[in-house]
Amino acid sequence: MTSSSTSTHRDSAVTIVSLYPELLGTYGDGGNALVLSRRLEWRGIAVEHLTVDAGAPVPDSADLYLVGGGEDGPQVQATRELERSQGLHRAVDKGAVVLAICAGMQILGHRFPDASGASRDGLGLLDCETVRVDRPRAVGELLTTSAQFTTARGVVDLGPLTGFENHAGRTVPGPTSHVLASVEVGEGNGNGSEGVVTGNVIGTYLHGPALARNPRLADALLGLIVGPEALTSLDDHDVDVLRAERIHAAREHELAPRRSWRDVLRRS
Amino acid sequence: MHFGTGSVIGGRVSLLIDSSLLAKLTANRDVAIVSATNGKTTTTKLLSTALSAERPVVSNWLGANMTPGIVAALAASPANETAVLEVDERWVDSVLRDTNANTVVLLNLSRDQLDRTQEVRKLAERWRQALTATPPRTVIANADDPLVTWAALAAPKVVWIATGQEWTADAAGCPACSGRIDFTDSDWSCSSCDLRRPAIDVSVSNETITIDGREFRSPLALPGRVNRVNAAFALAASSEMGVSLTAAFDALDDITEVAGRYRVADINGTKIRLLLAKNPAGWHEALELLEGPTTPLVIAINARIADGHDPSWLWDVDYERVGSRLVIAIGERRHDLAVRFRYGNINHAVAENLDAALELVRASAEFDPTVPVDVASNYTAFQDHLQRVGGVL
Repeated sequence: MTSSSTSTHRDSAVTIVSLYPELLGTYGDGGNALVLSRRLEWRGIAVEHLTVDAGAPVPDSADLYLVGGGEDGPQVQATRELERSQGLHRAVDKGAVVLAICAGMQILGHRFPDASGASRDGLGLLDCETVRVDRPRAVGELLTTSAQFTTARGVVDLGPLTGFENHAGRTVPGPTSHVLASVEVGEGNGNGSEGVVTGNVIGTYLHGPALARNPRLADALLGLIVGPEALTSLDDHDVDVLRAERIHAAREHELAPRRSWRDVLRRS
Repeated sequence: MHFGTGSVIGGRVSLLIDSSLLAKLTANRDVAIVSATNGKTTTTKLLSTALSAERPVVSNWLGANMTPGIVAALAASPANETAVLEVDERWVDSVLRDTNANTVVLLNLSRDQLDRTQEVRKLAERWRQALTATPPRTVIANADDPLVTWAALAAPKVVWIATGQEWTADAAGCPACSGRIDFTDSDWSCSSCDLRRPAIDVSVSNETITIDGREFRSPLALPGRVNRVNAAFALAASSEMGVSLTAAFDALDDITEVAGRYRVADINGTKIRLLLAKNPAGWHEALELLEGPTTPLVIAINARIADGHDPSWLWDVDYERVGSRLVIAIGERRHDLAVRFRYGNINHAVAENLDAALELVRASAEFDPTVPVDVASNYTAFQDHLQRVGGVL
């Protein structure tokens, strides 16, 4: 556990790296980098955002790494390149924060299914495993109960998480990981929970992008880097209105996810 | 719009009775298919118009682009009339199989309604299989879209169009081998297999279209580079189908709008121009067409079934290009837009509907009544606005 009192007066900019956005970024997940950058800038904290394309070396000295959602083929290619580079592994060893969305979360786990359904080795940075199940693809609004973000410093309350999910696999959290929340509407990990947290590595099925619709999650990640004291309050009026609307829509099943009768039985 | 709905239902009922109806309706026709995620309605209209210079043509260019809508459009026309069919990207295989189309025009594949169509690469694979199973005489294809290129290479003859497509974010992974595709200014190739940009047959510049070694001044009243590209596809296809280029060029002169796109209309004394943009690739083009550097802009986003339920893609659009102008967010997902604009440091407001948005526009210091206010919308929001200004196409 590091002291945060000095980290609010960093002499260098917070560095954020978007990994392979052309492979893992089909889903507006690039917005997560924008949200993090602006929430630092608006508070007068310098930020540097780098994009690392596939084939280029992954720096191991950044503060925060973003891994987006993607399609089956590019997901496998991204895994191969990250495994070869080892930069992300070294960064995680040094305590860097990682936010991995959907396919990004799946490849950071121990194992995940490829396009043919065959199980492949993941990067092992998140204690979880993703499997293909004989259930329909989970597509629709995802809403959770109030989320608890467990860090070395303690537990941070994030309020309900809201987003949109779209995935075929289901993710089983391992014994050394925490989940973020329980699912209220939607599918999430597939066992009633949503999200996987192993140390400073956070995985979630939330698109939307996740941090645009969940500013407290964004600030919790930034708090790990600059200390929570540095995170003065911001005008989140626009996002408060959006959250209220989306939470209502999810509860009213305005955009009801497609579910089979088997899912209905399983839930009852 | 009412016409469209009724016709689709009629088409569905007919298909229930006879599933081979589309094959029968096209048995004696010269058929062209136009498909893409962006530009298929416009290109279908342009190709129909170009061919009309020399022969009667039937088309479904009102946008009913799956088999029932196509059947409905064809049922009312003489059995040997040339057909130009706009086809939903997911219906290309079945429509091609049923119609044995001679000519297939493939414009682009980009992410669009991902919660519905899943993955663009799978679409490219389906197109490739369709062209293998039912080879058309000629494919007119986008040489700057690796997904389209890979699909079209399955066809016996391809006319390649250099579209100068700037939106390449959906094609970074090679459709053939999943390797990385390297893009340079005007070229691309896969870093790990043989797939590369093919040799060009037709090219498009700021003012001209070069086809068969002849340079033509772009004839279009429609704005923007994207429409010159659509015209190039239409001209190449009509030429392959036997219509003289000169006649085809002349025919395109009179088109000023396509199914309401680019229509200028009046709402309570305020001049507006309707723009349609459904996905990041479409917005990339639409933001290039905007009136004036400071003219207020209205953007409308819905997320109904036809739009796709997930507007996360708003974050893939470079809305920062609107500059300092005031942007009013409307539509059912206006709050998603507002959050996107907030994080883009874009000067914005939220309004209940188009009329309320235009009130805000008129109150703005930058409002100039002589310049039309652009109202850019995604699919169902666009239909709502078209109806608001008097509907009918």
